[in-house]
Amino acid sequence: MSPAEDRAIKTSARNGWLLSTPALAVLIFAASGPLLIVLVYSFLTPGQHGNVVWDFSTDGWVGILWSQDIFTGEWALADAHLAIFWRSLWLSLMTTAFTFLVGFPTAWFIATRPPKERALWLFLITIPFWTNLLIRTYAINEVLRKEGLMNTVLLGLGITDTPVEVLYTQTAIFIGMTYVYLPLMVLPLFAAIDRFDMKLLEAGYDLYASRMQVLRRIILPIVKPGIIAGSILVFVPSLGAYVTPRVLGGGKQMMIGNFIELQFLQGKNWPLGAALSMLLLIIVMAALLVYVRYANKGSSHG
Amino acid sequence: MADRGFQVARLPGFATIAIIVFVALYLPIFTLVAYSFNASTSLAIWGGFSLDWYAKAWDNQQVKDATVRSLIIASFAAVISTTVATMAALGTTRRRAFKGQTLIYVMINQPLMVPEIVTAVALMIVFGLVKVWLTSVGMGGLTTGLGYLILAHSAFCIPFAYLPIRARLEGMDLTLETAAADLYATPWQTFRRVTLPLLAPGMIAGAMLAFVISLDDVVITEFVKSGGQDTLPTYMLGQMRRQLTPEINAVSTMLLGLTVVLLTAFFLLTRKKT
Amino acid sequence: MSMNQRGMTVADLVTISARNVVKAFGQGAAQMRALDDVSVDIRKGEFFTLLGPSGCGKTTLLRLIAGFEMPSAGTILLDGADITTLPPNKRPVNTVFQSYALFPHLTVAENIAFGLQMLGKPAAEVKATTDRMLALVKLEALAGRKTSQLSGGQQQRVALARALAPQPKVLLLDEPLSALDLKLRKEMQIELKRLQLETGITFVFVTHDQEEALTMSDRIGVMSNGKLQQVGTAKDIYTRPINRFVASFIGETNFLTGVAEAGGVRLATGDLIALPLPAADTGHAATVALRPEQLRLGALTDAGAIPARVASLVYFGTDTHCHLHLADGTEVVARLQSPADGESGLVQGQAVGITFVPGAAQRVEE
Repeated sequence: MSPAEDRAIKTSARNGWLLSTPALAVLIFAASGPLLIVLVYSFLTPGQHGNVVWDFSTDGWVGILWSQDIFTGEWALADAHLAIFWRSLWLSLMTTAFTFLVGFPTAWFIATRPPKERALWLFLITIPFWTNLLIRTYAINEVLRKEGLMNTVLLGLGITDTPVEVLYTQTAIFIGMTYVYLPLMVLPLFAAIDRFDMKLLEAGYDLYASRMQVLRRIILPIVKPGIIAGSILVFVPSLGAYVTPRVLGGGKQMMIGNFIELQFLQGKNWPLGAALSMLLLIIVMAALLVYVRYANKGSSHG
Repeated sequence: MADRGFQVARLPGFATIAIIVFVALYLPIFTLVAYSFNASTSLAIWGGFSLDWYAKAWDNQQVKDATVRSLIIASFAAVISTTVATMAALGTTRRRAFKGQTLIYVMINQPLMVPEIVTAVALMIVFGLVKVWLTSVGMGGLTTGLGYLILAHSAFCIPFAYLPIRARLEGMDLTLETAAADLYATPWQTFRRVTLPLLAPGMIAGAMLAFVISLDDVVITEFVKSGGQDTLPTYMLGQMRRQLTPEINAVSTMLLGLTVVLLTAFFLLTRKKT
Repeated sequence: MSMNQRGMTVADLVTISARNVVKAFGQGAAQMRALDDVSVDIRKGEFFTLLGPSGCGKTTLLRLIAGFEMPSAGTILLDGADITTLPPNKRPVNTVFQSYALFPHLTVAENIAFGLQMLGKPAAEVKATTDRMLALVKLEALAGRKTSQLSGGQQQRVALARALAPQPKVLLLDEPLSALDLKLRKEMQIELKRLQLETGITFVFVTHDQEEALTMSDRIGVMSNGKLQQVGTAKDIYTRPINRFVASFIGETNFLTGVAEAGGVRLATGDLIALPLPAADTGHAATVALRPEQLRLGALTDAGAIPARVASLVYFGTDTHCHLHLADGTEVVARLQSPADGESGLVQGQAVGITFVPGAAQRVEE
């Protein structure tokens, strides 16, 4: 390479950095940087009235699983905390599984429409995705209430005599999260099915496969990258959900997000809140890493 | 005669499930919108068609304040995020990959990956520290105002503005800029007269997306705002703890309407011309 | 019905039979017929080729036999049984697809074993048959490879083995060699012929390449515009084409038009092409087909010679093409074998007399 080319490349890189600086500045100050502060806070001591005292302590992290008796000072396994973690994990997994069960047929349906129609169906599945999360959660609230749509239908059809009270239960949160995160499962599935070579179906039937065998042995293995992508895209936000469990769980059915908020309000334990946030972040990052690794492996097969 | 023959791409039951899903997806929203026109105060019994709740919402000072605040924040956030995202997009595309480019890319997309509650908590802490420091150096006046919210919104809007702009840049024909240079244009002239106009649809799309995202934000706003500094979504969240009236439905419907209009425009703008 | 020596009728030997098959799209005046009243009988154990230009309906017919589509009218029979409405996974018929359609997530061996597994064959039998197929197409070394890592020729052989493994009654091949380069294609043609003879399975082969059809097939069905034009052996079709389309699609042909007489066809130039014609045709227009290699150029005085003038000579190495004009300007091409010294002995403008071997002239329909 000539010196002139060398200089040109260096200038190009420098310009690249310069142009990106404003965006990076905003992000460092209002997105990435604050995360480091949270990490620091997780190693501090809780203040009397909230906030922190700048003394080093690992109590924040210990407090994730254990709680200290306020009278005796003894540490014991915090069942309440475990219940919240388990609930978050369980609900997220259930949401992911159910959105896949109904999302896959939906994605298949859209992908097998004639090309002109397909854009319309995609538009229809995307709109709910972009509308306000709060509005969508509220809409489900309306449906699930004692005097809501669901009960009106159930009572009207005579399926039940008294209204079913499902609000403020785990079921309500599950229904809400499924409703809210469904498009996130459908879109990557659609992308994967769109790439699928339909001729392979003909080959499968030509070789005596039944419809179920074609689904199990040909379609699902090949669209697996889409399944993984959709699962991660649903699992991650489900785990960190805040609005949906707050509105539909009524404060009684806390998930990790609500539990974190609690530490900054009545809980007055900012370091614990910080530690929990870091924990959530670590889990999410791990899940994303798994996905990225898998996505790269998948693409090398061509 | 069985002209349709053996449908290769048909899987039994899938179409039924899909249709049920689409209905289930829209039914709650339609119900919510329908009840905004409900004359009775009950959220369950239909009392006749009425625009009362919309009138009530329009009269509600809190709603008006929250709406204005939402629109201001969204406008500023859209402009800021689109501007910096455009520059970042120009800096990260169509050039030889340079060291650290992946880091920039990761940082720009970070708001998409980090759970909102974590960012919300982090910003609450940091902005709190900043406000304490500002007060201690005598600049207490800067501890209030929409600046913090605008900054927070700008940050998480950046990836949403960045992606359509970058897509548009990568799809652009490089030879057009080469032609401009051939015709004696300086780099700045080329940018202003060729690149920018061609990039404009992508920038508008990015700005609209950022605007919608900012309008819709609940979690981060809830944690960053000072008392009384409600945006429309945080106002609605607060209302959900109390007596619910169809006024909420009316407010929701208006917000929905605005979102749908913007989204349709976005879709039309970014449609690939076949 | 004709009987062969073993006492079986031709009807017994038929395996696939299409009767008055129509495949139409659209309605009324705008209706497009991919297949227009096609009937054909394909015999057991034969290598039958459907030949024609793109859009002639050959692939459509193949897909009807496979079961991926159903006819608008007509029936398809397999060994006498009506399979017209039978779904493809119930027909003992397998397809080699033009794009191969190999399962990318399965290895070579797993692809080949697929059909047998779908049929519920016991694992031991599946393994044994798969190994046999791998040996048949000489891919034993690649059994564990993912199919995306193979070359085009290798993928083709996997597709073949996969379709043969379940021992279908009929094997359908949809232009399987079109994606291969010339040398590989010629090798595969020999391979396919060998496989067909070895396995004895009926092959129905679709191609637009007439040379391929002529060299590989027992019988050929020439198609055009959704209609079957002619069915016969390569020799039949080449030497006795029944209409202008078949005559011009296969090889090169000269067409001479005139009026039918008792002794032959009288051209506009006044010359007579002698060939036997039914008396009823006298006075009607008639077209005669003559292959370039069937023409002999000699003296004007030769018996029955048609006078012509040499317009140009093109030297092709083994052959020399001689473009001639008849008295009324009609163009005729003759193919002469180049003599040892490369000199044809003809010059431009030379007057010659065209004769041909008796029986070479064919009356063709338009």
